[in-house]
Amino acid sequence: MKLHRVTALIFRHLYLYRRSLPRIMEIFYWPFLDLVIWGFITLYLARYQPQLPGFVTFFLGALILWDILFRAQQGITITFLEELWARNLMNLFASPLKPSEFLVATMAMSIMKVTAVSIVMAVCALVFYSYNVLMIGLWLGPFVLNLVVTGWIIGVFTTSLIMRFGQEAEVLAWSMVFLFQPISCVFYPLEVLPAWLQGIAWVNPAAHIFEGMRAVLTTGQAPLGDLAWAVGLNGVLVIGVVGWFYRTMAYCKDQGLLVRVGE
Amino acid sequence: MVNPVLKVSQLTKRFSDFTAVDGVSFEIRPGEILGLLGPNGAGKTTTIQMLLGLVTPTSGSIEVFGLDLSTHREEILQQVNFSSTYISMPQALTVEENLWVVARLYGLSDIAQRIDRVVRKLEMEEFRRKVTRKLSSGQMTRLALGKAILTEPRILFLDEPTASLDPDVAYKIRALLKDEQRSSGLSILYTSHNMREMEEMSDRIVFLQRGRLVAEGTAQAIVDRFGQTDLEEVFLKLARESTASLSS
Repeated sequence: MKLHRVTALIFRHLYLYRRSLPRIMEIFYWPFLDLVIWGFITLYLARYQPQLPGFVTFFLGALILWDILFRAQQGITITFLEELWARNLMNLFASPLKPSEFLVATMAMSIMKVTAVSIVMAVCALVFYSYNVLMIGLWLGPFVLNLVVTGWIIGVFTTSLIMRFGQEAEVLAWSMVFLFQPISCVFYPLEVLPAWLQGIAWVNPAAHIFEGMRAVLTTGQAPLGDLAWAVGLNGVLVIGVVGWFYRTMAYCKDQGLLVRVGE
Repeated sequence: MVNPVLKVSQLTKRFSDFTAVDGVSFEIRPGEILGLLGPNGAGKTTTIQMLLGLVTPTSGSIEVFGLDLSTHREEILQQVNFSSTYISMPQALTVEENLWVVARLYGLSDIAQRIDRVVRKLEMEEFRRKVTRKLSSGQMTRLALGKAILTEPRILFLDEPTASLDPDVAYKIRALLKDEQRSSGLSILYTSHNMREMEEMSDRIVFLQRGRLVAEGTAQAIVDRFGQTDLEEVFLKLARESTASLSS
């Protein structure tokens, strides 16, 4: 073994970190998020343990729904990354393809991925834990639809950032969605969060969906208020994020970044 | 007088304090092959990227078929295509699958017949079902060219289309492009660092240096204007001037 070859490789990777804020941030990102998520879960369990009817019901349902959001986001971002890795973006954007058509195609890919993953997860939950995701009832449909749209919002936002900052920002494709996890209240209710964070979580459509899911499972009541908030917020955020995507694309064309995004 | 298919007026592109293209004007007539020549960094690629709508010009205008590119992008790009040695096609797809995707992207009809025709023209029969990542660089270049002519464009932008081809295949490609030009009235904007190829292919040449248009005309007219023996000598003279001005 030659030390100089090992150090050459180490330097090759250190050079990457020297000028890359996204890569440096990623080192601290996961430990920080783990601490936040599991900290709040611990608080929740410590405070409400006697009242919880069954951990499995809550956690498996939340996990499956969270994965739907995650896959919906991945469906958008990974589809863009596939084009970037294949150095195919120039072929696409020098064709009559409109940015809106590109977005719709990525959303269609996202729906296919979500459908496949949901089926697999629902079957696995049933087989391994005798957990039937359909116990959420008819509300499952609107919950899933809204989570998919929230996933698209995060996906389009992340794609815009990768388009703007290039391949070095591609780690965001996997990490960005987890920035939203603490304020989505996936595994704990909104009230567990500190007051200042509750305000931020309130404008996140996913938080209303998970609140609605818990309401259905604990009280069986129709979560109409939560759903209305989720639909309204999703509508506003979709318009905002598509506008942001168009703005970023115009900026990238002006700066010549669209043809250099793979570098 | 015939209307040009492409008219570029005072095209300028600045990136912060660097001017990549500086007030360039030229036009391409129907059925004409226009050579775009210049040393590295002359602004050829940026010009082509602006013509394809991938980079927004700082100022100036681009008219294609009499329409402004900034307001009729979709209509224009439907009738334009390009091929570049530096652009790839999705590696995990086969040659046929790649061509099929392009055909769908441009909304073509009779896709199977069109693909057959292009495969025959570019002699791609033996690797049409091969995954793109397994192609040689010459085969890859033929695929890129196949993608460009599949849509039967009225204008073709070719950035060094024969760069990685052996002389025999390069000769066939040049013959094919000339044939397309004659049979369908195809107009071509052509860049190459092979001066003999430029002389052979181009009806006219536009010479760029440090983003500016420094000469325009037939290959012979440019050679005469600079008092050199051939186009290669002109190229070397201008390229060395560029290098000298950069280092001084």
